[in-house]
Amino acid sequence: MPEPGALRLERAFRAAGRPLFVPYVMGGYPDLDASRRHARILARHADIIELGVPFSDPLADGPTIQAAGQQALDGGTRPWDVLRIAGDLRDGPPVVVMTYFNTVIAHGAEQFLNEAAGNGVAGIIVPDLPVDEAAEVREVAQGVGVALVALAAPTTDDARMAEIGLSAEGFVYLVAVTGVTGGQMALDDRLRALVERARRHIKVPLVVGFGVRTPEQARQIGDIADGVVIASEIIRRIGDAPDADAADAAVEAFGNAIAGALRT
Amino acid sequence: MSVAKRFGPYGGRYVPETVIGALDELTEAYDRYRDDPGFRDELGALLGNYVGRPTPLYRAGRLEEAWGLDRGLWLKREDLCHTGAHKINNALGQVLLARRMGKQRIIAETGAGQHGVATATASALVGLGCRVYMGRTDMRRQRLNVIRMRMLGAEVTPVDSGSGTLKDATSEAIRDWVTNVDTTHYIIGSAVGPAPYPEIVAAFQSVIGNEARAQMLAETGGLPGTVVACVGGGSNAIGIFRAFLDDAAVALVGVEAGGEGPSGRHGASLALGRPGVLHGSYSYLLQDPDGQVAEAHSVSAGLDYPGVGPEHSHLRDTGRVSYVNATDEAALSAFLECSRREGIIPALESAHALAHVRDGAAGLAGPGPVLVCLSGRGDKDVDQAGAALGIDASA
Ligand SMILES: Cc1ncc(COP(=O)(O)O)c(C=O)c1O
Repeated sequence: MPEPGALRLERAFRAAGRPLFVPYVMGGYPDLDASRRHARILARHADIIELGVPFSDPLADGPTIQAAGQQALDGGTRPWDVLRIAGDLRDGPPVVVMTYFNTVIAHGAEQFLNEAAGNGVAGIIVPDLPVDEAAEVREVAQGVGVALVALAAPTTDDARMAEIGLSAEGFVYLVAVTGVTGGQMALDDRLRALVERARRHIKVPLVVGFGVRTPEQARQIGDIADGVVIASEIIRRIGDAPDADAADAAVEAFGNAIAGALRT
Repeated sequence: MSVAKRFGPYGGRYVPETVIGALDELTEAYDRYRDDPGFRDELGALLGNYVGRPTPLYRAGRLEEAWGLDRGLWLKREDLCHTGAHKINNALGQVLLARRMGKQRIIAETGAGQHGVATATASALVGLGCRVYMGRTDMRRQRLNVIRMRMLGAEVTPVDSGSGTLKDATSEAIRDWVTNVDTTHYIIGSAVGPAPYPEIVAAFQSVIGNEARAQMLAETGGLPGTVVACVGGGSNAIGIFRAFLDDAAVALVGVEAGGEGPSGRHGASLALGRPGVLHGSYSYLLQDPDGQVAEAHSVSAGLDYPGVGPEHSHLRDTGRVSYVNATDEAALSAFLECSRREGIIPALESAHALAHVRDGAAGLAGPGPVLVCLSGRGDKDVDQAGAALGIDASA
């Protein structure tokens, strides 16, 4: 049995000795090959890759990720195609799959998680599976060595933070804003207080995401958290590129810039 | 707290962490106020003087005759509620809760526009700002209700994602709620969504069945043999069914959208879907093998939804309620028959229940009279039904 995902993730944080860069790639956007290429490019700069499996009704996502997911589905992308992208990245940083609960259970959670584990996936993030609904899936995931990565939000009270902390593995994804992906976050006293409050209850590393767009923001988040997720901004840059080569170049340049900002 | 979270295995709270606190807050508020005399008096007075409850129970003699229903056909006239459908029962209850929770803003989704109109009405009544999400397709086919909502002071926000129908409007309303949860109460319009919504909506709608049961006893000296209601998300159906669940002799029938028929597109989640998660609860759902939610189809915007409330899923599995469907075509012809024989233009949604009574009359179990929930009136449908039936306003 390979090393469990939770341990691989925790090791990634220890090994880096600086805040981690966690870029998001939507599997199948703008098409399957391109997303595989973008994941490979980002793997050279990233510490963990967040790989999106598209779902038709993504409640936690703003317009950018919604549209990317819809394009992926319109192109015929299936969950197994995306999980194979993780398989391709085995020699790179650990991969965490992000998808919605119905995608996980459609063929049975066992099948989805087995397939994920078989492709070397270290963890899974399910934004519509809050901690009080998660016990069953967590057990299945643990059985195959995949960490169920929990989310915490600004509206999560202390009692729930503690509950999340109790079962947390790998890391916890701290949602920076009360909102969906693709908005604008600001590093203010509220966010600082949120990270501090989360730290009191959660002992695994904290990765902050939702609304991070620039290297400067990434650097600022890096000062208070253990890692930074960037998603919509990467998708936006891919979408704005005039052709596939330009998209690859944009991903490379952006990945390089964020990684550089987190190193200084 | 004793507010139901699950119905058998169905229900739950499959939503982003951000709104869990608000669901807890709503659960507490509902648990605290549901039996509070002040709350009950305020809601009761509004249901009486403002909505016009109790709504009448009417014997549809000419339809009985046409359809050979000697046993009797009774209509529970929710179409006579202020704003024209049962949706106001829930909207008023929730808006009163929202005010007690100190919320400053109301949001809702709507399909047929009846829930949007009811919510805009209730918001105007208590002086809260209101935004309603509505799919662009539905804005077109339920134009009248879009204008009504705007006249009532609500902002109507078109939704373009997916097929621009109720599913997409609901997703967008939930995203708004995730973003503005501190100030905003989301008034969901059917017995769907994360707990505690299915229970709260069912409870506010159960006034339909409580009245109808007493009215049937008073009018006929007995209970109905069969109770029939259309099922979109399932709020009018659960509202009338609940009063009869313990009456084992009363057959309960939910009618879903059969759409284009057996080989076409439809909205029959309970008959043809399988359990999955959409909009926060585990319930029967139209979906592809990978769990991508399928687009529903119905001539009636209020039944054009790929999911259904979790309590109905449970009642399906236990067999207490049978779920059938009626096609667009059957509903349209029942719409016209009800209009011409009774002088009642029903909502296209409600016409599905009538169509089943007509077409399934022979198979309706039990000897007693048939009670139909006439969930709404059809003013909103005149453009669409007129086009389908070849009726227009040309001089
Ligand atoms: C008149 C009427 N009946 C029925 C419905 C379907 O909803 P539900 O199944 O929640 O009663 C609607 C929804 O818009 C409606 O307007």
